[in-house]
Amino acid sequence: MTRVIKYIFYDLLRTRFILLYTLFLLVSTFAMFQIDSDPGKVVLSLLNVVLMVVPLISVVFTTIHFFNSYEFIELMLAQPVNRRVIFFSEYISVATSLCGAYVAGIGIPSLLFGADSSVFTLLFTGVMLTLVFVALAFLSSVLTRDKAKAIGIALLFWFYFSLIYDGLLLWVVYTFCDYPLEKITLTLIAFNPVDLARIIMLLQLDISALMGYTGAFYKSFFGSHMGLLFSSSILLVWIALPLWLAMRIFSRKDL
Amino acid sequence: MKSILIISGILLFASLNTMAASITIGPHQPIRSIRAGIATAAAGDTLWIEAGTYREGNMVLDKSLVLLGKGFPVLDGENKFEILTIKANGVVIKGLKFINTGVASMNDLAAVKAIGCANLRITDNRFENTFFGIYFANTSQSWIEGNQLQADAEAEHQIGNGIHMWKCSHITVNGNTIKGHRDGIYFEFVTNSLITRNHSEGNLRYGLHFMFSHNDEYRNNTFVNNGAGVAVMYSKGVKMIENVFEYNWGSAAYGLLLKDIRDSFVSSNTFRKNSVGIFMEGSSRIQFQENTFMNNGYAVRLQASCDDNVFERNNFLANTFDVVTNGTLVLNKINSNYWDKYEGYDLNKDSTGDIPYRPVSLYGMMVEQMPTAVLLWRSFLVYLMDRTEKAIPAITPENLKDELPSMRPYDIISQRQ
Repeated sequence: MTRVIKYIFYDLLRTRFILLYTLFLLVSTFAMFQIDSDPGKVVLSLLNVVLMVVPLISVVFTTIHFFNSYEFIELMLAQPVNRRVIFFSEYISVATSLCGAYVAGIGIPSLLFGADSSVFTLLFTGVMLTLVFVALAFLSSVLTRDKAKAIGIALLFWFYFSLIYDGLLLWVVYTFCDYPLEKITLTLIAFNPVDLARIIMLLQLDISALMGYTGAFYKSFFGSHMGLLFSSSILLVWIALPLWLAMRIFSRKDL
Repeated sequence: MKSILIISGILLFASLNTMAASITIGPHQPIRSIRAGIATAAAGDTLWIEAGTYREGNMVLDKSLVLLGKGFPVLDGENKFEILTIKANGVVIKGLKFINTGVASMNDLAAVKAIGCANLRITDNRFENTFFGIYFANTSQSWIEGNQLQADAEAEHQIGNGIHMWKCSHITVNGNTIKGHRDGIYFEFVTNSLITRNHSEGNLRYGLHFMFSHNDEYRNNTFVNNGAGVAVMYSKGVKMIENVFEYNWGSAAYGLLLKDIRDSFVSSNTFRKNSVGIFMEGSSRIQFQENTFMNNGYAVRLQASCDDNVFERNNFLANTFDVVTNGTLVLNKINSNYWDKYEGYDLNKDSTGDIPYRPVSLYGMMVEQMPTAVLLWRSFLVYLMDRTEKAIPAITPENLKDELPSMRPYDIISQRQ
């Protein structure tokens, strides 16, 4: 398995995309710290990057990579290697390289400019989102044989979780605004990893005081050990579930 | 005839002055206790109190005396007593240190309490761990200056107010520092008074609490990090000038809470880092001029129950929400302010923008109406909706707009640092 991972790593590095991605994050983070001297504000701006750019890059890059290495996968399958091993090697190498790029790109400037604990939460949520969206992209890649279609499905995942789901959530809040919705929305948020990451992150920053009663309710929940455990495990489920589905399809699929 | 009168008046005054005795109290003096000093003194005498600790329970000042401390003598209430009770006019208390008053639920025990007096001067004293610091009731023409009050209670019911005024008039509260009390300065039924250059920090409830107090003025005060900021309620004719409201941060904190205020004037104040800069409800005919709102969560929460208020030449910088309101009816004027979020242009170079600025965002309105919507904060959807609403306003109040937004921030002299 390690050898397969190594090959895929070399392949990923050869495309230079990961390096470009790291550079992009590095430059934009540096620029934000240069423009704004308040680290709290920078973290807030970076949050937008994490919520929009990281999932988008993750899904697009993963799907393109999967179809580009289709021949490699076919070659590997001709060898006496388990399909699971190949699939997991693919996932692990793509996910770790994207996560590494993310951590280096955001982490190095933040450490240099002296950041507080909220940066660690930012790094954690970003890594989690990368893992989730790489898994979703793998799922969309094994669902179809057509590269364009797969990218379309992957983008749909991204679009759904970044925009459409929030629209639905707003509709629910609007329709039932006369009822106490705190617990229900808490449950609904668990169904969207992007929202979950956003809420965890916002509660870390002192702007959570603006969120009123709802914010206080969430803070008391996510601030507790139970809440932390809950949100982390929900994010883990968001990684494991698409990954398991994708693997099931991949191991039975006629390539 | 007139000059003779004046001369004789001066002579009389001078002779009175020489008649007033000076008594020194101290551990190494013939008179060792303040209580004995008060008993021997006649009205108009001066008591010099030397450094030392005096544990004498509750002392009643029923004649007009001057109490001066040398090297801050300590008057200890032993956590049981009210320390000084003033029942005479013209009392001066200066340079004393009051510690450990009693704590009671029925009586408002204070370090210095005055009921029904006039012409008092409480200056340059220190108060530590007192229940109420300075407590005036039905008192007039008095000064409270340069005192330092410090308490460290953990809950509101364990502590009284720093400077507490009830039914007073013509009081000057100047240059005091108040920390860790329930309300830093409390005014109820106080008229024609002046609150200047005070520093109120870390009080559990309000930095300044103002009820039914008409025609007062407060200027150059600093209110930092109080539990709920500053509250001004049910008053008219209040002037608030050149104050600083800072770091009043929390889900129930305000920089300045205005409730049922009329005909008042809020000018040249700085609101920095408050969760709400100004929250106003049921207030009318207030002028807001040349204030700076910086880094607040909400700069102004203007409830629809307010009318005829005017916001002019204020600076709004880096606030999360500039203005939020809870209705579509707008009876206030917001004109010629500087908004850092303004994206208009100025073709004719008259330094006012050519298109109006709408300070109320759609999302701000939504959160005001359904608080749960706050969980979508900073999501992409909200960003898109706000942009669309800015282009084609449909839900935000049509009339709440600044017709003449300034292109540059106002240079407000009192706020240059």
